Amino acid sequence: MKRLCATLATIFALGLLAPAWAVQPDEVLDDPALEARARELSKELRCLVCRNENIDESNADLARDLRILLRERLVAGDSDEAAMAYLVERFGEYVLLRPTVNGSNWLLWAAGPLMLIVAAGLGVVYLRGRARAPAVADAGLSDTEKERLRQILEE
Amino acid sequence: MNARQCDECNPGAAGIGIGAGKTLEYKTIMITELGHFSLILAFMVAIVQMVVPMIGAHRRWPGWMAVAEPAASLQFFLTAFSFGALMYAFVTSDFSLKLVVDNSHSAKPMLYKVTGTWGNHEGSMLLWVLIVTLFGAMAAWFGGNLPPTLKARVLSVQSAIAVAFFAFILFTSNPFIRMAVPPFDGSDLNPLLQDPGLAFHPPFLYLGYVGLSMAYSFAVAALIEGRVDAAWGRWVRPWTLAAWVFLTIGIGLGSWWAYYELGWGGFWFWDPVENASFMPWLLAVLAFGFSLIGTFIVRSGLLTSVHAFANDPERGVVILLILAVFTGGALMLFALRAAAMEAKGVFGMVSRESMLVTNNILLAVGCLVVFVGTMWPIVAEMAFDRKLSVGPPFFEMAFTPFMVLIGLLLPVGALMPWKRGRFGKTLYTLRYAAILAVLAGVLAWVIQSGRSPLGPIGLFLGAWVVAGAMTDLWSRTGRGTGRGRRLMRLPRADWGRVVAHSGLGVTIFAVAGLMAWEVEDIRVAQIGDSFDVGRYTLTLDSVQEGRGPNYFTTRADVSVADQGRPIGVLNPEKRVYPVAGMPTTEAAIDYRFLRDVYVVIGDEQDNGGWVIRTYVKPLVGWIWAGSLLMALGGVLSLSDRRFRVAAGAGRRREKAVPAE
Repeated sequence: MKRLCATLATIFALGLLAPAWAVQPDEVLDDPALEARARELSKELRCLVCRNENIDESNADLARDLRILLRERLVAGDSDEAAMAYLVERFGEYVLLRPTVNGSNWLLWAAGPLMLIVAAGLGVVYLRGRARAPAVADAGLSDTEKERLRQILEE
Repeated sequence: MNARQCDECNPGAAGIGIGAGKTLEYKTIMITELGHFSLILAFMVAIVQMVVPMIGAHRRWPGWMAVAEPAASLQFFLTAFSFGALMYAFVTSDFSLKLVVDNSHSAKPMLYKVTGTWGNHEGSMLLWVLIVTLFGAMAAWFGGNLPPTLKARVLSVQSAIAVAFFAFILFTSNPFIRMAVPPFDGSDLNPLLQDPGLAFHPPFLYLGYVGLSMAYSFAVAALIEGRVDAAWGRWVRPWTLAAWVFLTIGIGLGSWWAYYELGWGGFWFWDPVENASFMPWLLAVLAFGFSLIGTFIVRSGLLTSVHAFANDPERGVVILLILAVFTGGALMLFALRAAAMEAKGVFGMVSRESMLVTNNILLAVGCLVVFVGTMWPIVAEMAFDRKLSVGPPFFEMAFTPFMVLIGLLLPVGALMPWKRGRFGKTLYTLRYAAILAVLAGVLAWVIQSGRSPLGPIGLFLGAWVVAGAMTDLWSRTGRGTGRGRRLMRLPRADWGRVVAHSGLGVTIFAVAGLMAWEVEDIRVAQIGDSFDVGRYTLTLDSVQEGRGPNYFTTRADVSVADQGRPIGVLNPEKRVYPVAGMPTTEAAIDYRFLRDVYVVIGDEQDNGGWVIRTYVKPLVGWIWAGSLLMALGGVLSLSDRRFRVAAGAGRRREKAVPAE
């Protein structure tokens, strides 16, 4: 959905102006499999001087340096994890667009599921309450309410 | 003083042209000044409208309550005049106004002179408050069927919001500040905003989320009133629905995803059968609260994003304060009054109502995930001393499951009967939709080989939602002969629901297709080179330099052929706006029903070639079509006479079924 909206934005608004000369032809690796890995990893890395852009999309010089550095590591034979670890070691976890699940970050990752469980629990309790509500409630609107509704509808 | 200075140093600065004479110049100055005064007057009127009708409603004094209506109209006209004056200053390039100097240029095309009025912090806040007062005035004009006390309270609460924003504008972001020494020309609008899509999306977006302020005002007024019933739900519905439609259009024009996620559903599926439940409030309050949080995020510079064009911590703090007062106040009122408004009405565990509750839960949790993800970098830095980022990969992973769940449940919920239903029966009705969806998914899986499973899954989900909506529509026509005729006579609300749900399905389908089957190509091309991207052959024919009204451009001719058959010439551009000192890229797009070809030109290389990026984007147009369908569904539903309480209800009373 995030992607949806990003896409929407790109198409309708930025479609005509996206500064999208990100990956340069001279950076592209000869090995397509390696290049595909580099592209995927690039999307997970933040361009440190940009406003919330990944290095795959950014046209900043730093992003270019990072792209080349990443490709060098991959060519040197690093696994995806090792290449990422290499970059995190040098630039800090700020460079990761997908936060790791360690330390306090578990709260971030668990927020959705936890909230869903809590909300679902409350919802079930609420629905059960409504299902068992006394039959009096079935009488529907009270007389005063009926009168008001009638007035409204006649206007 | 300003007028004299203007005369001395820059006679033509007001955009009238040299020799046009002083009288015109003074008139320009006067109009701007009048705009400033009328803004202050509107602030005063808003304060009166906030206080007097509220007391009147409490004490049951009709005279005091009656103040609200003329005050709401007056407030709107004064603000509209003020906004018009600012726009006039932009159109005539009155460079004695600081705002115009900072955001305009005499050579800028007229369209962007007009839209430049809201293409900046001060002007956009003025637009915001204009829309708040517009909605207030609309409630005054069309709210004749509301009980007097409720109406007075609604207008009073709406005015309280306006007061907060008037004060914010006048004290921290006044658009009418003058230059002591007006310069010859302005420093131009951010080139990124000089685009039709971005130029018009703020007004729609604001109509949408400021429209939610009406829902907020109704909710708070009802809480103060202490009674909420079936009638209340009917009054609020058109406002939230209209706001939702505007929101959808605004987003379609190039929106900001966060608002989209908040705005897209909660109100749409909401029917006021089960009125006293806490969901409507919570969502109305939440939605408006979140729109304020959005403003806070944009204006504070606390989070950096491309949208944060006004970074000023002080302003941010003020908006945060406004946010705290309004949401905190409403939630407290809710806590105090909740017990007094015990819900009535019984429904089973499996029913339309419970599906609506599920829908709201999923939306609320999805919304929370987005919220937590957005705020987490700040929390982590302040509380845990960790500087980290939360980006698209997180949101995709954490948010998508909720959307998929909603998509899966949507047709089931829409077909579930009110009060009491059975899963098996509803699912049986949907059997053809399910078969169709599975077939579509399998087909996509077979055709593509070895690519991500996203396409087939999205196709399945999209087909499921669309086919489910069709089943929904068909099942409303009953049995036996004459179903086609009955189809046309179905209430518009039914049509609206089906159209909007189909729109969502189309959009899901399009996004999945785009993500799974997009083709990208990056290369250096010499003039005259041909290359293949997917089934298309592109040829770089030539590259020329040129100039537009306020920019220089480098423009390429790229001819495109589909399997040898020429289909057109695309002209991607690279522009430089010298005044703003910014380059922009203008992609060239060949729009097609099934796919777009999208070409961007990059830098010239040392050996004379040009960097060319080409994308073949399947189904993108469908995303837009889906959003339009959703908006259309909203409009259809809004036009259903059963929900326009005031219009024609007396004449056709038998149609007015309160239950649905």
